[in-house]
Formats: sequence, C-alpha cells, structure tokens
Amino acid sequence: MAEVILTTGNHAAAYAAKAAKVKVIAAYPITPQSPTVEELSEIVERGELKAEFICVESEHTAMSALIGASATGVRTFTATSSHGLALMHEMLHWAAGARLPIVMYVANRALAPPWNIWCDHQDTIAQRDTGWMQFYAENNQEIFDTVLMAYRIAEDKEVFLPAMVCADGFTLSHMTLPVEIPDQKDIDDFLPPYEPPFKLDDPDNPVTHGNPAMPNVPFSDWYTECRFLMQEAMTKAKEKIREVGEEFKRRFGRFHGNLIEEYRCDDAEVVLVSMGSLAAQAKDVVDDMRDEGYSVGALKLRVFRPFPAEEIQELAKHVKAFAVIDRNMSFGYVGAALMEVKAALCDAKERPIVKGYVMGLGGRDVMPSEQRLAVQEMFKDLERGRVEKKIEWIGLRT
Amino acid sequence: MPILGLPEKEYMYLGFYSCPGCGEFLALRHCLKALGDKTIVAIPAGCIPTVAGLFPRISYRVSVLNIAFEAAAAGASGIAAALKAKGVRDITVAACAGDGGTADIGIQALSGAAERGDDLLYICFDNEAYMNTGIQRSGATPFGATTTTTPIIGKRQHKKDMPLIMAAHKIPYIATSCSSYPQDIFKKVRKASEKRGATRYIQILCPCGPGWRVDVNRTVEVGRLAVRTGMWALYEIEDGKFSLSGPSRGLIDPSKRVPIKEYLKLQGRFARLTDEQIGALQEWVNEQWESYKKMIGE
Repeated sequence: MAEVILTTGNHAAAYAAKAAKVKVIAAYPITPQSPTVEELSEIVERGELKAEFICVESEHTAMSALIGASATGVRTFTATSSHGLALMHEMLHWAAGARLPIVMYVANRALAPPWNIWCDHQDTIAQRDTGWMQFYAENNQEIFDTVLMAYRIAEDKEVFLPAMVCADGFTLSHMTLPVEIPDQKDIDDFLPPYEPPFKLDDPDNPVTHGNPAMPNVPFSDWYTECRFLMQEAMTKAKEKIREVGEEFKRRFGRFHGNLIEEYRCDDAEVVLVSMGSLAAQAKDVVDDMRDEGYSVGALKLRVFRPFPAEEIQELAKHVKAFAVIDRNMSFGYVGAALMEVKAALCDAKERPIVKGYVMGLGGRDVMPSEQRLAVQEMFKDLERGRVEKKIEWIGLRT
Repeated sequence: MPILGLPEKEYMYLGFYSCPGCGEFLALRHCLKALGDKTIVAIPAGCIPTVAGLFPRISYRVSVLNIAFEAAAAGASGIAAALKAKGVRDITVAACAGDGGTADIGIQALSGAAERGDDLLYICFDNEAYMNTGIQRSGATPFGATTTTTPIIGKRQHKKDMPLIMAAHKIPYIATSCSSYPQDIFKKVRKASEKRGATRYIQILCPCGPGWRVDVNRTVEVGRLAVRTGMWALYEIEDGKFSLSGPSRGLIDPSKRVPIKEYLKLQGRFARLTDEQIGALQEWVNEQWESYKKMIGE
C-alpha cells in the first residue's frame, strides 16, 4: 500500500534508492548530502536493502567504484554535493563515455572560496558537458519520483547514459515535506531489475570496457562516432523522458512535467524561467501577479541536459518575454540557463526578448518579491521594446 | 609442452604493441596465467592499455575494465562489491597498474581499498618511471636515475617503499617479484589470488628497455641483476610475517650480493652517476638489507 510520509529531500532520495533496489552504493560524506547516505547505510545495515555499501575514501573513488560495479552489471547509486561533485568530474566523463546508467542524487551547494555550504547550482552546472542527464526537482516528492524515473530512462537500451537528480541544498535537502511512497510491488512493476547489455563477469565471453580508439590507426578511428552516439542517445532521452513521465503519471497519478513544466503559460506575455525550488516559488509569484492582472506564467527547466530547446521554441510562438533566473554564473559571460534559452531562441521564428537575473548564490534567500521584480522589469522592457540591461544581479550589496 | 612448468594457456593473445624485451608484458603474461579464466582486471592509464590493443582489437583473454589513472583500485573495489552483491564467488578481481598509477596518483584509492579490506589483488608493474608518457620521474624511480623530468642531475630522492606502505595496512599478503623470474611471479600471484576476502598486493619490478636505456635483449639479465645486487629484493609478507624468497633468500650476507655497480653500468639512466653517488646508493641498498634482516628476525 502506498503511504504518505513526512521526510526531507535527502531521505526522499535515500528511500528512492531503496525502492529502486540498488545493488551497490559507494559514497563519501559531504554537506548537505550526508543524511542521504547515512540513511541508506542504516537501511542496508538493518537488512532492509540487500546491497553492498562501500564507504569510500573520496568522491572520486565513489564514482570510480560505481563505474566498476555498473560495468559488472548491477544497479548503482551515490549522492554528493559541491566539492564532492567537482572531485568526481573526471569520472563523470568516464561514466558517461562508458555508457553506464549510474544514477546520482546531488544536493546542490555552492563552491568555495569563500567556504559556503548553502545552495546554488554552480556545482551541477559546472558538470553540464560531462554527458550526464540532469534533472532538477522542485520538491521532495519530485526527488523521490525522479530518482525512480531516472533509472528507467538511464537504463533504456536506446539511452544508456548516467543521470543526476539535483535538488536545492537545505531548501529541499533538509526541508520536511510530505512524500508519497508507492507500494513496492507497483514500483517493481514500473522499474524491473537492471538488464545489462554486457557484463564483466562472464568468463566465457570476456569483454573489454574503454579500449583506446585512436585516429590514424587502421580500424581504430572511432572516437568521434562514440561521441556522436552519446549525442544521439541524449536526443533519444528526450523522447524517453516524455514516455516515462507519462507512464509514471498513469501508474502513480503524479506528473512533474516532461523536460519542462509550464505553469499558466498558455496566454502569458512574460514567462519566468527557473530551476529547482525557485520554480515552486515562481508559481506562487505567478498566482499573485495574475490576481493583479499581469499576463505572466512560470516555466520550470526540469531537465537541463538534454536541453528542452524545442519546448522553448514552441513557447516563443506566443510568449513576448522570458525572464531567466540563474543560480549560477559562467564567469565572463552569463548564467547557464540564460545562455541556453537564448541559444534555443536563435532557431525560433519568433524572437521574444530575454533577460537574465543572477540570484540566490551561496544560499542567499530569493524572496518572492525579487522574482516579482524580475517579471515587472520585463514588462517595462516590453513597453520600451528592448532590453535595457542584458543581465542583472538581484540583491547585490554595494 | 609446458615451459618452466607453467600452464600453456595464454591470456595475452599475440598482436599487442609492446617494445621488444618489455618486462611489463612479460610479467603481465605470467600474472594472467596465474589468475586464469575466472578473472576481471581493472587497468588504469599506463603502458598496459596503450600496448594491449586499440579498439576494435584487444589481446586480453579475460574481461578488462579500463579506468582512469588514479582509479585502478577504486574500479576493482566496485567490481568486487558488485560480484559480492550478485553472489558470484569464483571470480578473482585484480587491478594491474604501473608504478606511477600505484605509488603516486593511485595511492589514495589503493590505501582506501586496503583499509576497507576490499576483496581484490592489486598488482603494481614497477618500471620505475612514467614510461608511457615518455620516461618522467615517479615516486618509484630510484636515486640517481635520469628521466625526462630529472634530465641532468638524476633523481635526488630514493625510491618510495610501496610494499612496506602496504604492509602498514596490515593486509594478509604482500609480495615482490621481478619480470625476469616467471615462476616466482606465477607462484605469488596464484597464492595471492587464492587468499580471498581482503586486499592483496604484489609489486613486480619490470625492466624497461627505452626507459632504463638498456639493450632490449638484456632486459631479463638486468632484472636478474637487480635481484642479485639486492637493489630489488624478492619477498613475501604473509599475515605480517616477512620472508625472503627465491634468489633473494641467500643474500642477507652482504658478501653474497653482487655490487650494484654491475647492475647500474648496464643502464643508460645511471650513466651520469659519480663513484660517490654510487657509493651512497650502495649504502642505501645495504641499509635496506639491514632492515630486511631485522624483519626476518636474524
């Protein structure tokens, strides 16, 4: 029987890993993710999950060990944040290049210096080009559900790419919210055991993973094609994300959006674009402003890789302006979400005006009034017919 | 017909790209014979993955996971955990890394695995420098050896004592060997592969023609001289008990050891050593043996 519990985002991720019946977990403590793996180690020690838990000596080893385990043909899980994710960077490329369907929960946190344990998206955005799918959850239920969906998508034979499920550190990781845990039998029906295409432990059919492929060597020049296939898999993943989302809705009655979630966007002139927990707050801002007569909607970038360019182009047919919030910065240019939205619109027939807002770095609270301000500024720019300032740092102290 | 009493079955098919006289591949061949069919090997960056074959061809007869430079032990830990989770008990997990991948960049993951007691056999193929990237100095390079990053003066520090660092982890089996002694390799790897349930460590000295600047037809001879001079001792540490093995057994008496000069003079990498430096290195070797003597309890 399904049950509703009150739990934190971190524990929701742990319960999802348990429900997915992962076989190998390798993890290293880091704030704010630590309660996830603490809870999982308890679950394993209590015997509620038959899995090997490796208490590794670094995040680099956590990811390397999961690569070994996944290549041996079992479902794997880890969790990390911030510097831990940055330390994994090399192995994130490796996991994706090896086409291993590892799923990882990331409690988003800023990178030092200055030391800061609080939320922003710099850690995961910096891993954008590693070949991992990236999901950003807006509440704890979505964390739980997305971890389960991520396994289905990652393990699809037409995808075989790893996935990270990102949730705002503290704002979600430590916030207690209701989460419905479906009946295990229903979860098992949705997510059957992992069927690897190849595994290392078949002595009669030995395989080599990750053999060098070099140019200018007869028969070996396939590196580019390996990369092209990763890109094809990402494209395919868009379809699978939609399919799996629909199936999840059918089975469990919940839907968190496909690659994007639109909220009151149908007739909106201005759309407020955000990721993670800010997307939840944006909905309240939209409701309030709608009551005051503003034609405004909210757009959640639920999936950042593969990027929902087509969905944004579709919205551009009627939306006049996008206000894009970034909890990250690509120094020397603009925030990552702004960059991607602008790039997507470059291919659109209609060109709404776009402006970026950097806010909520290092855990600084983002007030509804600040999101509201972003929307109001877009209306002013619409009146002017041009964007006055391309990017604005909200709440910047002087 | 079996040669040296070793199994005939080969686990390295012909067609790999090693240099002639390569000590590392000679050692790897005998390691794999000892490990047998039911083996999974994690291999980090180094000569082995570069030489064993390029996609789509490969010369291994066993399953191999190529992995990043510092991650051999970590990858092997993951494989071992997955096998345990699946209830597969009859497969040996090995990591085969170079000395740089072991003593330098890979030491953290190896130390972590050993401390946890992960069920794997870690084999370090020690050719005493980063040979694959072009002969740069490593922690395992001996004093005085010129490399491309110690090009004029030679390395100023002594070789890092990796086997004894592993001994400090109190793992049940540690051994050293040398590519010039295939039976010694076979015996030790076989023994280590049978000691399941903990991390085991073997370090094999592998002369490298281009890296040591030795004629390729003399790499076996140089390896034997490394042992006979005492520059490299063959030993085992089983459950904390140290014992010399094979040809090293009779070398506690310094007069039985060939002067290291005989070993050094065959190698271009030591050509710049002065008599004084050779004396200092000989002194270091003698001190090493004094400590072996204490460990044996003589």
